[in-house]
Amino acid sequence: MIAARLLKNGIDRRIAATIALLVGAAVLVPVLHLAVPESSPFHIPAHAVVLFGKYLCYALLALALDLVWGYCGILSLGHGAFFALGGYAMGMYLMRQIGDRGVYANPVLPDFMVFLNWKELPWFWHGFDQFWFAAAAIVLVPGALAFGFGWLAFRSRVTGVYLSIITQALTYALLLAFFRNDMGFGGNNGLTDFKDILGFPVQAPATRAALFAATALALAAFIAVTAMVVGSKLGKLMVAVRDAESRTRFVGWRPEHIKLFAFTLSAVMAGIAGALYVPQVGIINPSEFAPANSIEVVIWVAIGGRGTILGPILGAMLVNWTKSWFTAALPDFWLFALGALFVAVTLFLPKGVIGMWDQWRAARRSRVDGVVPAIGTQPRQSLGTEAAE
Amino acid sequence: MTISAPKYPASPTILVAALLAVLTLVVFAPSVRADEAVVRAGLAKFATAKGFGEVEAAVRELAATGDPAVSKPLAALSEGNLYVRKSDAAVFIATSNGETLSLADPLTGAEAGTAKAGEMAKVRVNNAVRGAIRAVSGSLTLGSGDAGVRLAAANAIFSRPDPNTIDALDAAIAKETDATVKARMQIARSSSVLASDRSDEEKSAAIKLISGLGSREALNLLTSFQSNAPDRLKEEAASAIRSINGTLMAWDVAQNVWYGISLGSVLLLAAIGLAITFGVMGVINMAHGEMVMLGAYTTFAVQEAIRATAPGLLDYSLIAALPCAFVVAAAVGIAVERGIIRFLYGRPLETLLATWGVSLILQQAVRTIFGPTNREVANPSWMSGGFEIGQLAITWNRLWIVAFSLAVFALLLLISNRSAWGLQMRAVTQNRRMAASMGIRTPWVDAFTFGLGSGIAGIAGVALSQIGNVSPNLGQGYIIDSFMVVVFGGVGNLWGTLLGAMSLGIANKFLEPYAGAVLGKIIVLVLIILFIQKRPRGLFALKGRAVEA
Amino acid sequence: MTKQHTILYLDGVSVAFDGFKAISNLSLTLGRNEMRAIIGPNGAGKTTMMDIITGKTRPDIGDVYFDGVHDLTRLDEADIANLGVGRKFQKPTVFEMHTVEDNIALSLKSPRGVFAALFDLRSAEAQGRIDDILEMVRLSARRGEKAANLSHGQKQWLEIGMLLAQDPKLLLVDEPVAGMTDAETEETGRLLKKIAQTHSVIVVEHDMHFVRELDVKVTCLHEGSVLSEGSLDFVSSDERVIEVYLGR
Repeated sequence: MIAARLLKNGIDRRIAATIALLVGAAVLVPVLHLAVPESSPFHIPAHAVVLFGKYLCYALLALALDLVWGYCGILSLGHGAFFALGGYAMGMYLMRQIGDRGVYANPVLPDFMVFLNWKELPWFWHGFDQFWFAAAAIVLVPGALAFGFGWLAFRSRVTGVYLSIITQALTYALLLAFFRNDMGFGGNNGLTDFKDILGFPVQAPATRAALFAATALALAAFIAVTAMVVGSKLGKLMVAVRDAESRTRFVGWRPEHIKLFAFTLSAVMAGIAGALYVPQVGIINPSEFAPANSIEVVIWVAIGGRGTILGPILGAMLVNWTKSWFTAALPDFWLFALGALFVAVTLFLPKGVIGMWDQWRAARRSRVDGVVPAIGTQPRQSLGTEAAE
Repeated sequence: MTISAPKYPASPTILVAALLAVLTLVVFAPSVRADEAVVRAGLAKFATAKGFGEVEAAVRELAATGDPAVSKPLAALSEGNLYVRKSDAAVFIATSNGETLSLADPLTGAEAGTAKAGEMAKVRVNNAVRGAIRAVSGSLTLGSGDAGVRLAAANAIFSRPDPNTIDALDAAIAKETDATVKARMQIARSSSVLASDRSDEEKSAAIKLISGLGSREALNLLTSFQSNAPDRLKEEAASAIRSINGTLMAWDVAQNVWYGISLGSVLLLAAIGLAITFGVMGVINMAHGEMVMLGAYTTFAVQEAIRATAPGLLDYSLIAALPCAFVVAAAVGIAVERGIIRFLYGRPLETLLATWGVSLILQQAVRTIFGPTNREVANPSWMSGGFEIGQLAITWNRLWIVAFSLAVFALLLLISNRSAWGLQMRAVTQNRRMAASMGIRTPWVDAFTFGLGSGIAGIAGVALSQIGNVSPNLGQGYIIDSFMVVVFGGVGNLWGTLLGAMSLGIANKFLEPYAGAVLGKIIVLVLIILFIQKRPRGLFALKGRAVEA
Repeated sequence: MTKQHTILYLDGVSVAFDGFKAISNLSLTLGRNEMRAIIGPNGAGKTTMMDIITGKTRPDIGDVYFDGVHDLTRLDEADIANLGVGRKFQKPTVFEMHTVEDNIALSLKSPRGVFAALFDLRSAEAQGRIDDILEMVRLSARRGEKAANLSHGQKQWLEIGMLLAQDPKLLLVDEPVAGMTDAETEETGRLLKKIAQTHSVIVVEHDMHFVRELDVKVTCLHEGSVLSEGSLDFVSSDERVIEVYLGR
């Protein structure tokens, strides 16, 4: 179905190339990590596999945010919440896999529950010993939250900065909730000390490589899905809602339904990104819900270029690579750099790197052979500003 | 602690003080003094008294002098610390130091050397004598010339009811002229009646009187009385307990309302600047919390400067900090507006992101300059401590902050409604384009509005430095709550912000006892999300076509 | 005219914003395939009336019926649009980031569900409709261009084209010739008359020459209710209308 659509609409060459690159990496990186001896210059060390795996998760999260912000004009400042919920669902599965190998050797209860003197497993932990159950939760929990929240918010036409603020409040509320020990998610410390995933040791090189491959393939698949969605009539309607919500309404569409679809799909993507992230970094704790995290995702999308498919991916990689460099070399300056990035991107690079590049190329082409520039579906001025003012 | 300080219904610190402790304090209070010679003669009777009956007679005789000074030897006697020197039959208060006893004059308490244990004879007492002492000493202080002392005596009896005090209380009530003290004495008498073997009728009257008090001590008193009261009175006591519980609940509500108002005024301070900039410019300033933080650090810096140069003026450092904090935060605000926000005009979401960037930079800058650890800003003396109204505990710093935030609110209202600038501000809020075409310089209005909003945040920081630590993350802690106030209250109307802040503050504090602080906060957030369903633009939203243009 | 025979029926409609009566006791009926011009000074309630008909504003009191049976006060914008009421805004509002052709395609009458849109493949029939409409509003030559690049007048036409694509029974057209050249105005008049042959149309306009050119019944609104109604000559000679416009 997806393939048929992509063929029908004609897929952007760059998107196709990116998908091919990711599929290639899913094959090549495990090979270079496992099969090539460490002495070889082609060997990819463990930390690099984990680091890039992490970046790919971030890229998927950024893509998810771009779907709602870049295409649909909903600036969500709470997407970290969906990421973290997916992560927690995966974390719960991994906790249950520990079994009696925990510090307290309780065959059923995770260590933190034994520590809190709990006698039995809370109801919402049941089923998480099964991978299929956890997998369903990874999709359904963020999806259901986004659906419920979006249904309430979009139906009552909460838009613009109001919506941004309440999405931030959403993740803040979850942050507070997950910090509580009696919520049953490990409180402050979160979930960690994982042992196995699907019967394979999490720390083993082969598992690591497999997780990387899975992440790369998931990202490739969701790039295809996103390309299909934004290429469809529905995708054009999203842009229509972003640029002229009331016009869309007056020709008979329901912007709230369109937004709800985008928001829910996006939350599911974020949840899956979180689920892939947790086994690779080995921990999930409430700080993932911090509002600052969610806003940081926005800057990845902004710098790469919102309203494009490759922009958020490029942006997530670029910003996180820079962050890794800064935190190693100049830790005190990272916040200065990040802050300056927020200011600089909004002031000087409103279309992001990809947008700038396209504009520059289009301008050059039009100079060469007089073709009128036509650039992506990027908004000319601003996004989702209709409500404010 | 002096006993004359509390004037009205007794603070718990006084109530828990034991009767005997009160008696010793009486010495320092001005009072009717009998002829010292008569008192000394009375004291001498302890040396010659034979048997408990005579000791008791001596106690009564001593009390009959009416001199409050005798409470000291009487207290000592009751505790078994009154001794007679065998050699000269002189009476002393003595404390044991192992082999020897340190002697003190029974009236003045002046040291009078030491003596071997064998040289002294203890004046022995039994329960009857102790009872007599309690009875007479109550009447002694109840007869004090100082109303405060009489009140304290009544309170002391109330907290330790004793049937032996009833007669003394009756006498004191008959003579009492101060209405407050008299009422208190009657309460004390009632409590003693409950402890006595008087008639049920009297006890029933006593229950009525005590239940009218409606305090926690009254509740304790009646609860303990109820446990071994005769059936007929049990019912009466139970209903009195119910009524007291009701009163206490009302006080609890009042206390919660007060806490809520206190939290609400903090939110008001933090949110009102945000509401102004959002209302006028349609932009959310994510760095608003950092303006608060800058204000708090300015307070810290001002206080440190005063501490170094003029420590005597430390109490006034907050007053000095107010204008400084306003200027610092307003200057940063105007710089941000002129340097960044004006280029992002009509793009509120971009503004939100850019100001978030500014907030990160400000946080890190402060962390670099002042260090990452918490800084403490001292409370001036006039903001320390607290007082009570009935069962309501109020601290001075909270009271000042409530008063301060209301003052700031009133000032802003005045600026908004009475000044030309306020008129321009309101015009721009309602219809920017029209305001611009009427010749209002909207860029200037924007810059000054942003400066004003940030400056207010700065002085909010001064207030917040008084109720918490000052850290680079200070602003982050308040920003989301402030947003909620703005979302709830709506923009374009200062009253909306006031109402929003107070309702959120009170709602938070009411939920806390039932749900805990964190869950309470979560419930409030969820309620706001649901509230937006009904009023997407807050309580006081502008209506009509202009809004949607 | 009884309710059953009207395409639009407003009776005793009032709405107030914070005490300001934008519409007060407005009654107005429009027959099937009738074109009506609405005039009135600023603040007469013309746009608010459009808001009420299209479901953007709910009246405080009064009846609003479409096609004799549909109570518009109970429906929202999308429902009303799908019943067959098309609205052109005062300020031309099109999807600027989409091509001219996509603008029409998105407006084309079709199932309005999310998943229908997701899996929509444009049929030959739909393409035919799009081509016809583009021809009608004279934008065939610019079909592949972004709507943002059109001139002001062309955007007005595109918006009218989008209305037609909805296949409405009633078109509400707010100031269609504002900012147009004379030639464009003339063209627009011709277009509207052509549309009116098969649709009911309400035109709100300030340009009296244009209204005269349309040659239809005129309703003059003032302070939220009907001041005068009849031919343009009748209305323009009405003492009250003159007073309102000239402030005598």
